Amino acid sequence: MSSTFADRWLGRVRLSAWVTLTAPLLAILFAGVITSIVLAITGNPVFDTLVTMVDYGSQPRSLALVVNNATTYYLSAIAVAIGFRMNLFNIGVDGQYRLAGLVAAAVGGAVTLPAPLMPIVIILVAMIVGAAWAGIAGVLKATRGVSEVISTIMLNTIATGIGAYLLLEVWGERQGNDIATKELPEAARIAGIGLIPGTPQMVYGLFFLAIAVGIAFHVLLNKMRFGFDLRATGQSESAAVASGVDVKHMIVYAMLISGATAGLIGMPQLLGESFTYNLNFQAGLGFTGIAIALLGRNNPIGIAFAALLWGFLDVSSTVLDLHKIAPEIVVIMQGLTVLSVVVTYELAHRYRVNAEQRRVSRELAGGASATPQKEGASA
Amino acid sequence: MLRNRFGKVVAGAAAGAMLLAAAACGGGDTTEGAPSAAPADGASSAPAASGVKVGLAYDIGGRGDQSFNDSAAAGLDKAVAELGVEINELEAGNGEAESAKEERLRLLASGGFNPVIAVGFAYSASVAKVAAEFPDVKFAIVDDEANKLPNVSNLVFAEEQGSFLVGAAAALKSTKGNVGFVGGVEVPLIKKFQAGFEAGAKAVKPDIKIQAKYLTQPPDFSGFGDPAKGKTAAEGMFDAGADVVYQAAGGSGAGVFEAAKAAGGMAIGVDSDQAKTADPTVADVIITSMLKKVDVAVFDFIKSFTTNSVVAGSKVYDLKAGGVDYSTTGGKVDDIKAQLDEYKAKISSGEITVPKE
Repeated sequence: MSSTFADRWLGRVRLSAWVTLTAPLLAILFAGVITSIVLAITGNPVFDTLVTMVDYGSQPRSLALVVNNATTYYLSAIAVAIGFRMNLFNIGVDGQYRLAGLVAAAVGGAVTLPAPLMPIVIILVAMIVGAAWAGIAGVLKATRGVSEVISTIMLNTIATGIGAYLLLEVWGERQGNDIATKELPEAARIAGIGLIPGTPQMVYGLFFLAIAVGIAFHVLLNKMRFGFDLRATGQSESAAVASGVDVKHMIVYAMLISGATAGLIGMPQLLGESFTYNLNFQAGLGFTGIAIALLGRNNPIGIAFAALLWGFLDVSSTVLDLHKIAPEIVVIMQGLTVLSVVVTYELAHRYRVNAEQRRVSRELAGGASATPQKEGASA
Repeated sequence: MLRNRFGKVVAGAAAGAMLLAAAACGGGDTTEGAPSAAPADGASSAPAASGVKVGLAYDIGGRGDQSFNDSAAAGLDKAVAELGVEINELEAGNGEAESAKEERLRLLASGGFNPVIAVGFAYSASVAKVAAEFPDVKFAIVDDEANKLPNVSNLVFAEEQGSFLVGAAAALKSTKGNVGFVGGVEVPLIKKFQAGFEAGAKAVKPDIKIQAKYLTQPPDFSGFGDPAKGKTAAEGMFDAGADVVYQAAGGSGAGVFEAAKAAGGMAIGVDSDQAKTADPTVADVIITSMLKKVDVAVFDFIKSFTTNSVVAGSKVYDLKAGGVDYSTTGGKVDDIKAQLDEYKAKISSGEITVPKE
């Protein structure tokens, strides 16, 4: 195994089933112990806290909210993962989806189309805006070698500025102390679905879009030439060039696809809940996506579980405040979970490599017992 | 190939189960000795209990922001002391989903809290939704009158009028003819503060130089809770010749006071009487504060609930009603009090109309 730590961290190499199984189990122990210590130090009843969270988080309404949160997180994490798989760190997902959401909301409020077309147009606009904004960073990297980490962070700030200008000065309508784009007409709205029985709380209709995006991500990456080129470029640029991959084009394409996916992040919220882009439009989802992509190891199924776990923690944090436990404990849990998954994957991997070496050297030593040699045994 | 895929599925499943297991093993090692006393209602040690349970949801920053939320907290504390109500307070998180706001209010309403008070216009849509679900619970929302329901009281303030007074105070106190305004986030609400401040300063001295800066722009609301940003912005203003800076930036204001202290300048506080609430090491730079009496509004609302006289709809707390004002703690504006009170009378009588934007 000649993979680097970063390769394993970003999920660019397949780890053995043994590692993928053991690591999360160890992570559970690690995150659990540290969280308990933090709770105990801050003077909270450890067991009660966790029971309260699980109790509240597993009620039907909470579960529906968990799925809704996870839908948004999933789209965000997939957008980030597309970049990660190619060694591109798209920190700009945040700016991309916010700008995309605003423009899409404004377009949706301005045009009138029949029902099935309306949401499609809005979603397409969001994808185009997200792709265009990410594409700037892609072109800068391909043509000028500008690090996408730097350019996307700057583009986030610029997106905030442009977004604030467009909302406050151009498209926004005052509603008391709030300011919002024109509300979307009925034709543009996507009805919720009663996925979870026992609660009037609907699940976003675009839940299915998230699933489709996950499948598309898998197919693109594993079943298509493009995905092969993308992964090859991510693992070894020189090898990719040698096998005829146009790396510069790949950078631009990867950023465009990542940005288009980022454009979708705001859609469940816009088309299924708020029907407008206002001051309450949820910000910071792009950064949450980075953590979830890491937790899910950039794998479409892993990310799904990571997004659900994240959503569960977020939803159940609301109840902690009611019991006078600082809800920030959940942020600590989330950070610990990512950290411990990364650490334990690496530890499990190294342990396995060492064990493999010892086994091989033992067998070598046993097989050649007539001429005992010791240098094969690694400490 | 197949084995690997299976492994990943299992890994994901295990990751998903993480919390449950964390709960189990977390409980194992430290529960002993940690008494599992019912953690709710920790804050109430009131006198004669009235049986009224008040639920209050803060905006970002929560109790302890020395400003907007603390003003609401003061009203709540007064209700505990004088009316003997029980309370529970919840706080908004930065960047949370809209559903989290709803859930917070729903938890309070379904948990037997009545009335429920939401602090800040960010709760506008969620109050409208949850209030409709709980028609028997009385709701109040501070700073919003976009949504009107029969069981919602909208408590709104004439921030521009109070800001006019401190704007006049800034102009009267400034020796350099140069004053500054630091806004937390560039939203319509904070623009009202700016508009009033500028009008007040210009009323005193038409050619005064006014610097204005917002710390962040929506949807980035960190400008209400980032003292470092406030400090940088105010430093820039003092360097550019200002000697009085007015902050309408919530928790970021602490940085503005630090900058004023370092530059030997003056500062004007907001919402609470910040000469009292700010860090004592910098409180002496605060010549006055624009009082936005959220405490009065919150207390009045709770009181009206206990006497069964809640009025739904908008209640405007303006200068005339004593809902906004300027503070005199520290005696630093005593010399100009006559002029300020004159403006106050003119605004109350309608002789001066203060612009809102």
